[in-house]
Amino acid sequence: MEIDRVDGRTPNQLRPLACSRNILHRAHGSASWSQGDTKVLAAVYGPKAGTKKNENPEKACIEVIWKPKTGQIGKPEKEFEMILKRTLQSICILTVNPNTTTSVIVQVVNDDGALLPCAINAACAALVDAGIPLKHLAVAICCCLAETGYVILDPTKLEEQKMKAFAYLVFPNSILSVLPQGSSLVEGEPMEHGIITSVTHGVMLVDDYLHCLQRGRAASAKMSDFLRRSLQSQVPSDSSKAG
Amino acid sequence: MGLPNASGDLSSEMEVDAFRRLFPLRFHERHLVESIRPDARPVGRARETTLALGAVASADGSALAKIGSTTMLAAIKMEVMTPSMESPDEGCIAIEFHMPPICSPIVRPGRPAEAAPVVSKQLSDTILSSGMINLKELSLVSGKVAWMAYLDIYCLDADGALFDAALLSAVAAFSHLKIPVVSLNDDGRVVVVSEEQEGGKLENEPVNKEKRKLTLSSIPFSLTCILHKNYILADPTAEEESIMETLVTVVLDSSGQLVSLYKPGGPVLAYSSAVQDCVALTRHRVKELQKILNEAMSDMEVD
Repeated sequence: MEIDRVDGRTPNQLRPLACSRNILHRAHGSASWSQGDTKVLAAVYGPKAGTKKNENPEKACIEVIWKPKTGQIGKPEKEFEMILKRTLQSICILTVNPNTTTSVIVQVVNDDGALLPCAINAACAALVDAGIPLKHLAVAICCCLAETGYVILDPTKLEEQKMKAFAYLVFPNSILSVLPQGSSLVEGEPMEHGIITSVTHGVMLVDDYLHCLQRGRAASAKMSDFLRRSLQSQVPSDSSKAG
Repeated sequence: MGLPNASGDLSSEMEVDAFRRLFPLRFHERHLVESIRPDARPVGRARETTLALGAVASADGSALAKIGSTTMLAAIKMEVMTPSMESPDEGCIAIEFHMPPICSPIVRPGRPAEAAPVVSKQLSDTILSSGMINLKELSLVSGKVAWMAYLDIYCLDADGALFDAALLSAVAAFSHLKIPVVSLNDDGRVVVVSEEQEGGKLENEPVNKEKRKLTLSSIPFSLTCILHKNYILADPTAEEESIMETLVTVVLDSSGQLVSLYKPGGPVLAYSSAVQDCVALTRHRVKELQKILNEAMSDMEVD
């Protein structure tokens, strides 16, 4: 059942992660996130006054602009924009800054598989950098399912095309809290096991999907730790931005 | 926190319509406590669904689907094209979803609806990845000519669960599709054989006399649910969608395999139990929709 991956990784092994924040001078918050050769740059401007049309003025509005590596934006990019917008809306505290718009601009630098999860992670780090109030962070991961029902994590573009199905999953990160353990349990499951976003492609068995969920959760815990570490390490240099 | 209490006191003396507009969330939650919805449906039940095949006479295949008052008109136009070099023995399907201003007060003329390209992309992903249509069946002469199927879906009334209705109408249009008879003329070009010619003797033998219908294997059907607190509301209306924002769309094919599980964000997190409940509701709905589609098809044959 073992699958040999081209780059010699084990099925559960993620590509090397890298995250740097505060890289754009003019943006209120920015971050670049890379997973192997996939790299995405995100910039946050705002909160700016006023919401867009058809948005609830009693809440903060989030606008996502997706810039592909080359060419015009098409239907897939529109879909990514919508998914990213809804995902970010669900992690932001929208009632703190009512009647404002926060723009998130996502620039794809290089696409080598798992593009949307990478963009979600980058946007999330950029929101933290901009100091937008968040309920919790989001951690996105891509699970690929092979013909035999075997799951591999964080596929490259080549693997994504070869596999019969894949799922993009977004989980909340575990909250470090002073409250006693167990308070974050919902229906007997810890909070970080809930799915914020799920997008699947290709036919699979329902059991295979649940299996993907399990593996995704396990890996998201690791990514969550990485995200937290990389955010903490840059806090001291961040004080200049506060003023 | 004064607001919910205030509304609680007011609710006994306020008119129902006013309460519905002023406190929409409380209005819906009051219903949910009684396990019922404002349109008198139980929480897990979909709205009444009707399907009419052959609604557009000029198209090669068409269907009108209604789920509650959400209405979708799907039509397929077949055109002859040269297949690409990578797949010389395969045809092609182009799917477009339209939301004209007629369908909803949110859509303004001159400005395309934001939801339209997203539903469009979701539909083509679902239909193409489900393997319902074997693209090889759309080939006429390998490497030379193949069919291009243009599927256009028009939303006439957008009252929630757009994707479900659009997918149902698309699937029904494909099952109604009758591929025109074509023949090769002396120059090696493809010409459509008209109905009158069909009966009489032909100069050239038709290329596709037998292949008039597509064989549809494992047809995908979908159900959209709202997650709100511990409730799961199947097949939401537009009003419910605007108040409770967490949507989960599950697509299963007729053999029970998962084609798509789509949850674009939303304030409520989906735990394993909720995911399994949604899948179970969809399983039930697939049987209903399969029955509705079979009935619509047998009605067509009688006519």
